[in-house]
Amino acid sequence: MDSGLVLDNVRITEGARTLLSVDAVIGPGQIVTLMGESGAGKSTLLSCIMGHLPSIFRASGRVLLDGVDLADHAPEARRIGILYQDPLLFPHLDVAANLGFGLPRGGSRGERRARVVAALSDIGLDNFADRDPATLSGGQAARIALMRVLLSQPRALLLDEPFSKLDADRRDQMRRLVFDRARAAAIPVLMVTHDASDAAAADGPILRL
Amino acid sequence: MVSPTKVLRPLPLLTAGVLAGPVLLGLFGTLLPAFGLGPLGPGLRLSAFAAVRDWPGLVDAMAVSVTSGVLSTIGALAIASLILAGWHGTAAFRWLERLLSPLLAVPHAAAALGLAFLVAPSGWLMRLPALALGWDVPPDLLIVQDRHGLTLTAGLIAKELPFLLLMMLAALGQVDQARRMAVARSLGAGRVAAWFKAVFPGVYAQVRLPVLVVLVYGMTNVDVATILGPNTPPSLSVQVTRWMLDPDLGQRSVAAAAAMVQGGLVLMVLAGWVGGERVTACLGRRWIWSGLSLPEGPARGLGLILATVSAIAVLAGIAALALWSVAAGWRFPDLAPDALTLRSWSRFGPEMTMVAACTMEIAALSTLIAVLLAIGCLEAEHRFGLSVGQRALWLLYLPLLIPQVAFLPGLLLIPATIGNGYEMPMVIFGHVIFVLPYVFLSLSGPFRAWDGRFARVGAGLGASPDRVLWSLRMPMLLAPVLTAAAVGMAVSVGQYLPTLLLGGGRVSTLATEAVALAAGGDRRAIGVWGLGQTAAAFGPFVLALAIPALVFRNRRGLRHG
Repeated sequence: MDSGLVLDNVRITEGARTLLSVDAVIGPGQIVTLMGESGAGKSTLLSCIMGHLPSIFRASGRVLLDGVDLADHAPEARRIGILYQDPLLFPHLDVAANLGFGLPRGGSRGERRARVVAALSDIGLDNFADRDPATLSGGQAARIALMRVLLSQPRALLLDEPFSKLDADRRDQMRRLVFDRARAAAIPVLMVTHDASDAAAADGPILRL
Repeated sequence: MVSPTKVLRPLPLLTAGVLAGPVLLGLFGTLLPAFGLGPLGPGLRLSAFAAVRDWPGLVDAMAVSVTSGVLSTIGALAIASLILAGWHGTAAFRWLERLLSPLLAVPHAAAALGLAFLVAPSGWLMRLPALALGWDVPPDLLIVQDRHGLTLTAGLIAKELPFLLLMMLAALGQVDQARRMAVARSLGAGRVAAWFKAVFPGVYAQVRLPVLVVLVYGMTNVDVATILGPNTPPSLSVQVTRWMLDPDLGQRSVAAAAAMVQGGLVLMVLAGWVGGERVTACLGRRWIWSGLSLPEGPARGLGLILATVSAIAVLAGIAALALWSVAAGWRFPDLAPDALTLRSWSRFGPEMTMVAACTMEIAALSTLIAVLLAIGCLEAEHRFGLSVGQRALWLLYLPLLIPQVAFLPGLLLIPATIGNGYEMPMVIFGHVIFVLPYVFLSLSGPFRAWDGRFARVGAGLGASPDRVLWSLRMPMLLAPVLTAAAVGMAVSVGQYLPTLLLGGGRVSTLATEAVALAAGGDRRAIGVWGLGQTAAAFGPFVLALAIPALVFRNRRGLRHG
């Protein structure tokens, strides 16, 4: 199998202790949920996939993305986007510059700007381009964080407890938005959560650590 | 601006070299002439030590070094502790903190000159009883430059109190003071007793290195001791400096030998201090077992009074400098001048401004080097996990713990080897040695506290580590970086001995000129120069506050600090 994210016997150890071992295939547009107690190493697995594994850990096995082993790729070359529970919009940039941060190279300044404006309009936030991220509501910031990562055209998306800080009514809305967009982009999604309703909404395979 | 990984990796080692190299080389270079060796020496002999031994002022000079250093450290530590114990978390404390914090930036020389104006027999303080009792001449007392160095000690306490207080304040969070206090007080201890029994040991462990820095500085500083300390004989470090600057180059070996004596004295006092820590800990445990409390009210009152007096003394000293710089006639015992004039400024201002420009050039360049090294080290720590342990912290403090007079004279071996004409680079490099530790300490907290998830989000969006550094981390840390730079520039503006010795008399800064003027006693000139030095130290702080406020005026997320 060539496309998608493959965790081929990935095993993370800390000294003599095995933290986790995972074997999974996530196809394009598929959402796999990884559940486990806190401290089970869920976030460590995400670090490993992104290429930021702290040096106290050792990883064995292979991580393949669209058939390519990621071991030799720097984090920024892997094109794996991530969403955390906080939107983490860059506070020194306006909303438009946040969205433009990850745009792949190419195109004139005007074209790039137009894509950002279109993305804003797409999520119902027209006229937000010049806003200070600190003035947004939690739901608005979350949507912009999602569009920021999608505009960077990732080849896979990681979600680290992405909805846990949203209000209950916003949460459903945001889940649907994220899952719909990820499926539309046809990229593999790995979601880490301890919330069973996240897993149910994802409507995909569930892995337990 | 690009910092490729290849440049970054060896940077921590280079920084360690910048900190330790000159100290070790300098100590070696001081050791050689002390024993008659080196380029100018006649061969191995101990005559230089014999000359130091035969100097009639030796015992007094050593005594003043020890008493002013030890007493000022104990004094500043005690007042800072009393204030934290008695008043932390109150409105009075916040008011006092606001009063003391800016004093940290006041250069030592300017603070000492101001204090001298305040407490001299003809100073502001003595004019109060003089007015009341109708004296028309100042009393014939030796207050400033008294034989036992009491004014020197008091001046050092006033200047070091803000430093220790802020260091201890930063340490409170790490020792969980709020909960320790809550537990101790619920067990029946009073506020001050609870703090000393339950919080002080933890805080002291955190600020031990800064306390030792204060101790070494108190024993060996030249600028404050020249202005406030005794004259015949002066403190040992001042005498070393006099020998170093003697036109008779033969005296340099005597200076080197005396610097070694000073170094040995510092080592002995440090050993004694560590012994004192043990004894204090033992007595403290006994006190806790005894269950005795403290006179809470008097202890709190004493702390508040001493800290307030100390803060007001420095501020009033600066005010006296300012007033003298614009005073026309000002007779004793009047509290204010007859009239104000800008004559002193038009007379001394132009030269002072030129020297100020040179001072700022040295400060800016040495700070720039220090900031780049510090950012490089912290970034290398972040990228390669090169963690900086306790040993590296000692390294950072090394140039502050080894007396300047013990290693700076030895660095004159460098111009003796490569020839003259490199005074400015030597001075700038000399400043980097002392600026770097403060810049690093100031920057490392905010740098390490930066949320690393921003870096991961950035990498996920395709940004390289360099782009993450320059377009995410640095802009978000603009305020702390500028604050660290302002701290660095204030440290540089205050440096006296490195400028004097490494500049070979060819580099003048506000610090060297202000200290040189102290002996002359022209109060209007001292006022202009002392105020100039204070302004030079404060200017960068104003910019460090103003620039982020301006740049991020529309970015609420970066304006909380």
